[in-house]
Amino acid sequence: MNVHEFQAKQLFAQFGVPVPRGKEVTSPEAATAWANELNTPVFVVKAQIHAGGRGKAGGVKITKDKAAVAGLAKELIGKTLVTHQTGPKGRQVHRLLLEEGANISKELYLSILVDRDSGWPVFIASTEGGMEIEEVAEKTPEKIIKELIDPAVGFQGYNGRNVAFALGLNTIEPAVMNPFIQMMGNLYRMFMEKHAAMVEINPLIITKEKTIVALDGKVSFDDNGLFKHADVQQMRDLNEEDPLEIEAGANNLNYVKLDGNIGCMVNGAGLAMATMDVIKLAGSEPANFLDVGGGATKETVAAGFRILLKDPNVKGIFINIFGGIVRCERIANGVIEAAKEVKITVPLVVRLQGTNAEEGRKLLAESGLKLEVANDLWEAAQKIVKLTGKVA
Amino acid sequence: MSILVNKNTRVVVQGITGKEGSFHATQCKAYGTKVVAGVTPGKAGQEVEGIPVFNTVRDAVKKEGCDTSLIFVPPPFCADAILEAADAGVKLIICITEGIPVNDMVKVKRALYGRDVRLIGPNCPGVITVDEAKIGIMPGFIHKKGIVGVVSRSGTLTYEAVHQLSTLGLGETTCVGIGGDPVNGTGFVDVLALFEKDPETQGIVMIGEIGGDAEEKAAEFIKKNVKKPVVSFIAGITAPPGRRMGHAGAIVSGGKGTAAEKMKTLESAGVKVVKNPAEIGNAIKLALGR
Repeated sequence: MNVHEFQAKQLFAQFGVPVPRGKEVTSPEAATAWANELNTPVFVVKAQIHAGGRGKAGGVKITKDKAAVAGLAKELIGKTLVTHQTGPKGRQVHRLLLEEGANISKELYLSILVDRDSGWPVFIASTEGGMEIEEVAEKTPEKIIKELIDPAVGFQGYNGRNVAFALGLNTIEPAVMNPFIQMMGNLYRMFMEKHAAMVEINPLIITKEKTIVALDGKVSFDDNGLFKHADVQQMRDLNEEDPLEIEAGANNLNYVKLDGNIGCMVNGAGLAMATMDVIKLAGSEPANFLDVGGGATKETVAAGFRILLKDPNVKGIFINIFGGIVRCERIANGVIEAAKEVKITVPLVVRLQGTNAEEGRKLLAESGLKLEVANDLWEAAQKIVKLTGKVA
Repeated sequence: MSILVNKNTRVVVQGITGKEGSFHATQCKAYGTKVVAGVTPGKAGQEVEGIPVFNTVRDAVKKEGCDTSLIFVPPPFCADAILEAADAGVKLIICITEGIPVNDMVKVKRALYGRDVRLIGPNCPGVITVDEAKIGIMPGFIHKKGIVGVVSRSGTLTYEAVHQLSTLGLGETTCVGIGGDPVNGTGFVDVLALFEKDPETQGIVMIGEIGGDAEEKAAEFIKKNVKKPVVSFIAGITAPPGRRMGHAGAIVSGGKGTAAEKMKTLESAGVKVVKNPAEIGNAIKLALGR
């Protein structure tokens, strides 16, 4: 789960990671009220959406004029921002972060995530703050500093010193050495305690006043850890999620919307991905990833149909079930029942294999439903693509 | 011969009185697995389909001599359950549970480091040595005793591959699901090493997916150490970057962990990579000269 910058900064403040004074505002009036209270030489108004590249897209405004803040807020609220991460449709702005400006002396980069190779948390740091870290890693890999943290003992002073000296903080600004190391320890604590998946500060700045400040903040959480954190759950912003994905989640389905036109419904994540891949190999494009899970029932199949059919791009549906614990005749009955409730208006290919596949196929064939039944994966993929037409 | 588990493996099922635990313990036992004990704290003295239940893994190991644990404990208590099994002296821990927080697994993995215990999973279908022991949730009947070792990050996609191997008459030795989480116990490399040493296994099917660099590590290992033919399929060539595809570990982030990159690396290590998952069986058949 992703959260907004203002929420990330609230957590930073809670854990002792310095941030600019700022607050979320959702109207020009609230912006004016907070600007009066903030009373700072420079005001920064930042659009809050779950995507990077906001600055370039015109989502960040800076002014020295307190009276201009309301106007900037009015301009940004309701605006649709298109950045390299939002896709061409962009994302509408519903909330802003209004905060004090900072006197930047040097921009750094700092993030923490789990290194999958070692299974240990790792800090990634660079002197190239404000840049896309992937780009830095590609063009100048020597500027990327990595520091693994032993989870048995947690963050130690030497971890901080390793990073601080590698960044050259002792020459850039010795006064921030200790605050920086302390901040890293706080960030590690936040990362582990809150079950974050990634925390990224870009840029982390050294100010002209010789302090360290997290000028931006991006935090994503491990969905599997959310049950431990009611405060984090409350940070979820449904405006930032696809409505079909929200509906799927409410039905315990794992759904990711894609741009193609063959809807697929599969049991198991690996097989669901493989099904998308064969659709492409057969000459078309998948409209989604949908894993109905191990306990697929009539209800989940019906919910799956409803979600697939709500996507206007879907021109055909491919159901691929490998029955293990899930028995195919139950899936077949689910399809038949669901087809009574949900009017299926597009071609449908059902491939059943595994436990009781034969019975399942027989039930479908005798149901009178307009659908094609298939035995194996490649045959099924070719059938649905034939029925819906190849895409160039 | 086979790897990891066989007809002598003595299994304790943690979480045996739960819905999943009792169902699968029964299924495993019916397959012929020596499921000799179950654990649910506070339910010692009960039985599940004739399997005695104990309060602690320590008691189960003491009374029944279990060497392997199969875990169905819900995610919030799962780290605890894995560590309990390790502490009780179990040598192989197979964790089926999906949804364990990553940072919990970070601590568990660190705690198991250097100890004489192997963890398979979590978020995996388990391990089966055909006609000897089924320790997991896979449907036993699709397997056929044979010559191919299977190692995979996925569940149902593995069944798909196994189905092809059985239908073609090649059959399997042992099938190992290593799980779809970003931090897990045993990786591809360990299982590949075991298959390479196993005299019954003549060829290996390795099923990977997007995310992480386990396949790249495997490619490096295969190049240097594996002489048996390896066929691989990597799921997720159509998956968009930055989106998690069901499995917690299946995500392309920062341009890393793409299917295309993994396929290329495996091919350069001499692995036969199939783009169509329906071709897995035929490809290994061809590679084995059958």
